[in-house]
Amino acid sequence: MIGMDIFTSLAFRSVRLHLLRSLLAALGIVIGVIAITTLGIMGANLTLSVSAQLSRGANVVTVTPYTGGGRGFMVGPGGGGGEANTNLNITQSQLQDIEQVAGSNTVIPIYATSDQITVGPSVGRATIYGLPPDKVSDLLTVSEGTPLRGGEGALVGATLSSDFDLTIGSRIKLGSTANNATAKMVRVSGILEQQGASFSINADRAIIVTDKYYTAAYGGSGDYTQVQIIVNDLSQIGNVINNTDKRLNRNEKIPAVRISSPSQFLSTVTSTLGSITSFMTMLGAISLIVAAVSIFNVMIMSVSERVREIGILRSIGTRRSEIRKMFLYEAFIIGFIGAGIGALLSVFSGYLIVLAIVGNTTYFFTPASLIFVPQGMFIGVATCVLSGIYPAWRASDLDPIEALRAE
Amino acid sequence: MSGDPVISLVDVTKVYHMPAEDVVALDHVTLDIRRGDFIAIMGPSGSGKSTLLNQIGCLDRPTEGDVLINGRSIREMNDNELTDLRRDTLGYIFQTFNLIPLLTAYENVEYPLILRYKSRADPGKIYELLRQVGIDEALAIHTPAKLSGGQQQRVAIARALVNNPDILLCDEPTGNLDSKTGTQIMEMLCSFNEKGKTIIMVTHDTRIAGYAHETITIRDGKIA
Repeated sequence: MIGMDIFTSLAFRSVRLHLLRSLLAALGIVIGVIAITTLGIMGANLTLSVSAQLSRGANVVTVTPYTGGGRGFMVGPGGGGGEANTNLNITQSQLQDIEQVAGSNTVIPIYATSDQITVGPSVGRATIYGLPPDKVSDLLTVSEGTPLRGGEGALVGATLSSDFDLTIGSRIKLGSTANNATAKMVRVSGILEQQGASFSINADRAIIVTDKYYTAAYGGSGDYTQVQIIVNDLSQIGNVINNTDKRLNRNEKIPAVRISSPSQFLSTVTSTLGSITSFMTMLGAISLIVAAVSIFNVMIMSVSERVREIGILRSIGTRRSEIRKMFLYEAFIIGFIGAGIGALLSVFSGYLIVLAIVGNTTYFFTPASLIFVPQGMFIGVATCVLSGIYPAWRASDLDPIEALRAE
Repeated sequence: MSGDPVISLVDVTKVYHMPAEDVVALDHVTLDIRRGDFIAIMGPSGSGKSTLLNQIGCLDRPTEGDVLINGRSIREMNDNELTDLRRDTLGYIFQTFNLIPLLTAYENVEYPLILRYKSRADPGKIYELLRQVGIDEALAIHTPAKLSGGQQQRVAIARALVNNPDILLCDEPTGNLDSKTGTQIMEMLCSFNEKGKTIIMVTHDTRIAGYAHETITIRDGKIA
């Protein structure tokens, strides 16, 4: 029986009559769709997971004293013993200026130094940060124990805690003095979450104490090593940087402070990843072009084999547009089957390749990643229909008398 | 068998432009065919009889002159109008049956009806028509390849009749059939002619031409 539209039905039957040929052509589309979709998904997951790793701290603007030389991009006290050689610090009045410029954004003044630490028999070095206790949670996450409250309480980084077998309640001696009576001691009240690469402070190998404890132990009250501004709205980072620069570096031939933010770096990385992904997707698209050629070939064959049939259809009253429709439907059916199977398979292949290459499938089921499935399918179907246009046009343009004469 | 002609050829000339020379297939042919006529067109190969049938069948337009179908000039029609005319007013019966290989006998008959009304047909009407040409429901489910020549031509006649056309155009309708089957087909065409269909038939078989009321002979593109 003729179901639906008669032209759809004729198209279906033509596909079925030449099943192997049609399936081989559809296979090209399957492969093409898998290629572009899988690469697209991989690119999206790569970009998402890399930028998620990098953007921890991407909304942070770091203000450090200008020391005259380039200290590299990663401004921070973890960078080495530079602090010991310079008297330059962010002063209390500069901090007030920053606070005014920052407005509603959180401003965190940070003391930092490097010191020898002793835990039981083991001796090592660590960075000691002094932070206002109420702002610690803006920068760091405690995974175990309690947040910083005051007194001798300290938070330790995840790496430091495992290196020195630190647990809640462990005591750490700061400094190199042998006299335990006068030595500065802190007690571990909490252990920080593993932080990984960060543009904020490097806390994995650090000890965090309150600013009060820090200045009591090391002095230098009101002379901060750096100030961090946590910008609530990422799009405002540029403004915050500019305003801080204007305010603190005005009238100065030599700037007073260095202002840096990872946001520009982040956008460079993201756009580079995007370019790589586009390039790979283009490589995948080549397979789709090959598939398009094979669909074109199949459609041309279908038209040439059915010249006589087209003549009959035309002579008994089928319009040109209806002939065109019939062949475009045929291309669409091949495309839809191929692209559908391709899209389905690319979910699996995409998952596997994300697992293998990105190593993290957290972002796989997000819209930004799975959008490539319908997109790939659409491109696959569109490729087929586009390849079918010329053959369909050729079929509809046949002279019915000539076509009827064909064998 | 009177009144206005259903088909009028007015001074029709058809020239095919070939690389070597122009071939005049029809040379100033004028012809009126009235409702209910049964006309046989005869003539040797290459005489222009197929060209004449193609003009009447609206598959081709004359180089000069005009063809009027039910008073309408085909020169002024665009391709879609000609196509719709073929669908609604003309029924084609070919020597080689020309059924659509992808469709069953039933669907072949249903096809022009769907083209015309853009919707599924009433199966009763299709089966009734198939019964009239001697095809039962069991045969109707087969594709043309599974039917004999005579059966295929019967299905083709049913297809030609399904949109209730005024005119049946037959191009050697018995040419591929044995004489017994050919006779059956001709008797069937005669019965449709008696019911009022105008029939124009191309043949080179004088016995077949004998079924027609009138025979026109074409020679070198002219009515002899």
